[in-house]
Amino acid sequence: MSHGSIIDHKLYVREGREVRFPDETLKRVNLIIERYPKGKEKSAVLPILHIAQEELGGYLSVDVMDYVASLLNIQPVEVYEVATFYTQYYLEKVGKYVVEVCRTGPCAMCGGEDIADYLEKKLQIKTDETTPDGLFTVRRVDCLGACGYAPVMQINTEFYEFLTKEKIDLIIDDLRAKANEDKPKEAKWVEKFF
Amino acid sequence: MGRKILLDKVHIPGIKTFKVYRDNGGYASVEKALKKMTPAEIIEEVKKSGLRGRGGAGFPTGMKWSFLDTRSNNPRYLVCNADESEPGTFKDRYLIDYIPHLLIEGLIVSSFALGANTTFIYVRGEFKQQIGILNKAIREARDNGFLGSNILGTSFSLDIHVHSGAGAYICGEETALLESLEGKRGNPRLKPPFPAVKGLYDCPTVVNNVETLAAIVPIINFGGDEYAKIGIGRSTGTKLISACGHINKPGVYEIEMGLSVEEFLNSEEYCGGVRNGKKLKAIIPGGSSVPILPAHLVAVTAANTPRLMSYESLSDGGFATGSMLGSGGFIVFDEDACIVRNTWNFTRFYYHESCGQCSPCREGTGWLEKILYRIENGQGRERDIDVLDSVAKKIEGNTICPLGDAAAWPVNSAIRHFRNEFEFHIEHPDLIKNVQHGSIEKYMKVMA
Ligand SMILES: Cc1cc2nc3c(=O)[nH]c(=O)nc-3n(C[C@H](O)[C@H](O)[C@H](O)COP(=O)(O)O)c2cc1C
Ligand code: SF4
Ligand code: FES
Repeated sequence: MSHGSIIDHKLYVREGREVRFPDETLKRVNLIIERYPKGKEKSAVLPILHIAQEELGGYLSVDVMDYVASLLNIQPVEVYEVATFYTQYYLEKVGKYVVEVCRTGPCAMCGGEDIADYLEKKLQIKTDETTPDGLFTVRRVDCLGACGYAPVMQINTEFYEFLTKEKIDLIIDDLRAKANEDKPKEAKWVEKFF
Repeated sequence: MGRKILLDKVHIPGIKTFKVYRDNGGYASVEKALKKMTPAEIIEEVKKSGLRGRGGAGFPTGMKWSFLDTRSNNPRYLVCNADESEPGTFKDRYLIDYIPHLLIEGLIVSSFALGANTTFIYVRGEFKQQIGILNKAIREARDNGFLGSNILGTSFSLDIHVHSGAGAYICGEETALLESLEGKRGNPRLKPPFPAVKGLYDCPTVVNNVETLAAIVPIINFGGDEYAKIGIGRSTGTKLISACGHINKPGVYEIEMGLSVEEFLNSEEYCGGVRNGKKLKAIIPGGSSVPILPAHLVAVTAANTPRLMSYESLSDGGFATGSMLGSGGFIVFDEDACIVRNTWNFTRFYYHESCGQCSPCREGTGWLEKILYRIENGQGRERDIDVLDSVAKKIEGNTICPLGDAAAWPVNSAIRHFRNEFEFHIEHPDLIKNVQHGSIEKYMKVMA
């Protein structure tokens, strides 16, 4: 949501690919839309963008955002303005695992900055970059509401607490080893988290 | 041992499930409220309890509820604020993780009192696990007849929905939250009109914090007068404090208001003292937005009375020598912590989180960040400290929402109490440039 991000980000990534939720997901998406009063379907845009990002390629391309707009009967620009405001929406391709390290005061004073530096070194990328194998993206994010367990990070839906360099080694090596087995997200994911 | 009324059952195995929660007396307040009380009587009990909002502002909950426009023919809404993004605060997450049905129970009683038939819980998007926990709890409550139509055979019907945010601190501000819930950018609204008159979808709306709504359960169970006996003065009841930073036992603690700050900080029951045998430098008692308190103002106030964990005592001395209870995010700094670096860090946070609607906030937080960055990186100028102070004062009170104040207070208070550290940074640029991540053990020795 920082200012000028529309220009900084490569927002208009239009790939021209056909995007559509599988029927099973679509059913659950419709249940989410029904939570809001008639005529207020737009309310569902935040949760649905989360699902779209997860299931339709890992980030929000213009094609994906246009599809979400069509589901909710709103103008595409209403989706773009939301997608550019909130930090959890990725407007560019990211790795399979997005490693988000907390950089805010309480974590920083308990070693969070060293952890983020170490991750960059270990993965040989800078913050906001993705490893060439497409597995990891590192981001520095703000307070994750887990400051008592500092330093913390979140990788996709999982939280990791009281981080040390040794723990980072274990976590990253483990993810790398099982990257091939990890299935793509299914509709059940929607049921579990939304 | 203080009295526990919110977290008293968290140790019971399986308390996250409906069955165990119910077997241990859960949902009794719903039975009492729906079958034996009128909405007006419930609001009266909440007023008597003296409960004040636990989200940060401390506004009396009963009074807020009585402002709800009941003459309008529009539906009314209750919205639970589970955005929890104030640095240092992680109590709502704890409550949802360990005893989610307490929140659902409080929501049912509160919705009944307010005449709301649809209630939303706005959860920050990062809390996916907690969204899952809440959805499960809601499903269980519905399967057992505590949600849906004609709850417990009464004429009251209620649906509770979880709504996820997507990473924006400002969406914790109640009108930004409502915008976000309507599917828009989180730009706070100009007030008035207040949400009680024109809130979600322009309908009368109450927004309350997770902990506030959970506290409704013991208030209905014991009665408002009993609740008001807990605590001290106008700080009634218990408060969840999330303690973090340089302490031995970080975590979430339920305290009875009026506990001394010294005991909270040093006793084994709570924080267990400053870690690694170090000395205390400062605390921030109520989340990143409230003023910092230097060590000599932690255990006692400027008037030399014991400093207590209560709204009044923590703010004793005003901003000159006091702070605020805020959200209960208790951050502790040991003697080696760099106040300049932390102030820069918080300012960077507010700059990043400013929604950009008001110039004093959008531009001012940016200036603060840039000046603090250069001081922290050994490029400070002599006049920078006064410029900082003046920019912060010009933001304060001149913005649509309180984020502007929240960004200004940490800067003003850090300069007020730790001016020598700012000066030291400016006077010793070469030393500062060699310091990694604000680890200042080295330079403190030079300073001493
Ligand atoms: C910038 C900003 C962020 C806020 N963040 C939160 C938050 O994360 N959680 C919360 O409950 N209240 C937050 N608040 C306070 C809310 O605006 C509101 O006062 C509160 O939810 C009301 O509930 P209560 O009366 O039960 O405390 C925030 C306020 C501001 C100005
Ligand atoms: S004070 Fe800051 S965050 Fe609040 S409305 Fe103004 S610009 Fe937005
Ligand atoms: S500061 Fe890192 S989780 Fe709060």
